[in-house]
Amino acid sequence: MKLHEYQSKAIFAKYGIPIPKGRVASTAVEAKHIAEELGGRVVIKSQVLVGGRGKAGGIKVAKSADEAEGLAQQILTMEIKGLPVRKVLVDEAAAIEHEIYFSITNDRAAKKPVIIASAEGGIDIEEVAAKQPEKIIKMHIDPLLGLRDYQSRDIAASIDLPRDYWRDFSKIAAGLWQAYLETDATLAEINPLVITKDKRLVALDGKMMIDDNAMFRHADLNEMRDIDEEAPAETEARKYGLSYIKLDGNIGCMVNGAGLAMTSMDIVKLFGGEPANFLDIGGGAGSDKVAAAMKIILSDPNVKAVLFNIFGGITRCDEVARGILVAMDEVKPKVPMVVRLVGTNAEEGRRILKDAKMITAETLADAAKKAVQAAK
Amino acid sequence: MSILINKNTRLIVQGITGNEGLFHSTQMLAYGTNLVAGVTPGKGGEWVLDGKVPVFDSIKLAKDATDANCTVIFVPARFAPDAMFEAADAGIPLIVCITEGVAVQDMMRVRNYLDQKDVRLVGPNCPGLLTPGESKVGIIPGNIAIPGNVGVVSRSGTLTYEVLYALKLVGMGASTCVGIGGDPVNGTNFIDVLEMFEHDPHTEKVVLIGEIGGTDEDKAAEFIASKMTKPVVSFIAGQTAPPGKRMGHAGAIIEGGAGSAADKVKALEAAGVKVAKHPEEIPSLLK
Repeated sequence: MKLHEYQSKAIFAKYGIPIPKGRVASTAVEAKHIAEELGGRVVIKSQVLVGGRGKAGGIKVAKSADEAEGLAQQILTMEIKGLPVRKVLVDEAAAIEHEIYFSITNDRAAKKPVIIASAEGGIDIEEVAAKQPEKIIKMHIDPLLGLRDYQSRDIAASIDLPRDYWRDFSKIAAGLWQAYLETDATLAEINPLVITKDKRLVALDGKMMIDDNAMFRHADLNEMRDIDEEAPAETEARKYGLSYIKLDGNIGCMVNGAGLAMTSMDIVKLFGGEPANFLDIGGGAGSDKVAAAMKIILSDPNVKAVLFNIFGGITRCDEVARGILVAMDEVKPKVPMVVRLVGTNAEEGRRILKDAKMITAETLADAAKKAVQAAK
Repeated sequence: MSILINKNTRLIVQGITGNEGLFHSTQMLAYGTNLVAGVTPGKGGEWVLDGKVPVFDSIKLAKDATDANCTVIFVPARFAPDAMFEAADAGIPLIVCITEGVAVQDMMRVRNYLDQKDVRLVGPNCPGLLTPGESKVGIIPGNIAIPGNVGVVSRSGTLTYEVLYALKLVGMGASTCVGIGGDPVNGTNFIDVLEMFEHDPHTEKVVLIGEIGGTDEDKAAEFIASKMTKPVVSFIAGQTAPPGKRMGHAGAIIEGGAGSAADKVKALEAAGVKVAKHPEEIPSLLK
């Protein structure tokens, strides 16, 4: 789960990391009031869960409260990479002397958290990594020990931070580590961490991503989830414990297991079709879950055919077949359906679907070919 | 011969009295797995599966009583890290975790702790192990595979079944099938299993089933090029997956341009691996 900048920075503040004064607004009038409170120059920052907000014109500086209102109005009617801007963060503008990049993320290959830091902050870190890899400092953290103080000092030294700032930097590093640890973050990023003209370290921008698998111990964070930012069908799917991702094609896919679901999409493409979605009904799905999945697939108006590929293991093919019948009865779909059932109780499943006027297939390749044909 | 499990494997099931645990214990026992004990804290002293399997309160008690040498974990995700720590501290040499949805920071702690012990972890979020005709540890349906000389290693679950079944349909069997799981941080990786297959006299060919995300397939390709003498055939799922979207498995995500299927296929082909366009093509590439 991605958090907005304003949410991430609120978490930083809780862990003692200095952030600019500011608040979030949903209307231009609110933005004006916040700007009045802050006084002086403010930055109006669109709150959408994509990168490149600045380049898209979603971050603007205002010299007065009236200008802040005008700019907020403008930004609140924007779309950035297809996402409508619903909120802006109004922050006091900082006088910046230097920008640093500083983050903690998971290094899956090393099986450890890793600190990434660079004296070249403020810009796209992946660009720095590609063009000047020597400017990126990486240091692993032992997950059983946590961040050691000497590691913070080593990082500070290696990004040429003047000694006067080491103590404050160590506090920020310790805070970011605690924030990462206690929120089950997969990314806690400050970019940029700035040195201001009045010689302070401030986290000007922040980004956090939280591990969806750890939500059971973070009810408070789950409430921060911005469902406006995801496709409604994806929200609906999560409610049923389904994994669904909408794509641009016209062949709906319902599969059990993530690897097999990806493979079914690939094979549709291989035979000249375009998958409309990724959908994994998971292991052991009952008929209610299957019915919900089918409704979600058919809610996409682009879908011209549906491919069901079920390899029964824990999932029983007869349960899936019953779910398909329930959903067909409710939704009365008009598009052709291709179904392939193999494994646990497959014969029983096929018998249940005998009168359902579905196209049946034996192999995966056969099923994909038939679905592609049916969508034409 | 086989790798990791065989007819002498003495298995404990952690979470044996839960729905999943009990269902799959029944299946494992029916397959002929030497299932010697179950563990559910608070239910020690009970017997399950028609009185055939004793239940203990802890792994240590179960191990002391039965001399078990392998454990399989079916407990819910929030309790799975503790189950893995317990098994490792009890000195069970092979720990297989089926549980899906373990938090990644938990897994980093588990993995780094287990690395200091003389134990092997397979999974989590995996279908487990199958040595056809001898032993089944996990949830791979027993009837979709026959004994043979093809070693199978996979990050996926049902996709693995698809491959085992495709092999069976043409009369090809598996020496052992190892599901290493689809999580970003796990125990045993591709290279560990490839090395075991390379040294297993009964395995003549290997099938490697990968997917998008991470760099494990690329490392496997390096290992195959430098260390393997046996032929390897592969399939990589997620050719059509868009970047930045997690495809069900926590580990199946293309991040920062890394981990795409195309890159993995390229690396494997450069290592001399035949890569199938779809899983049903694998048997013909093995011939």
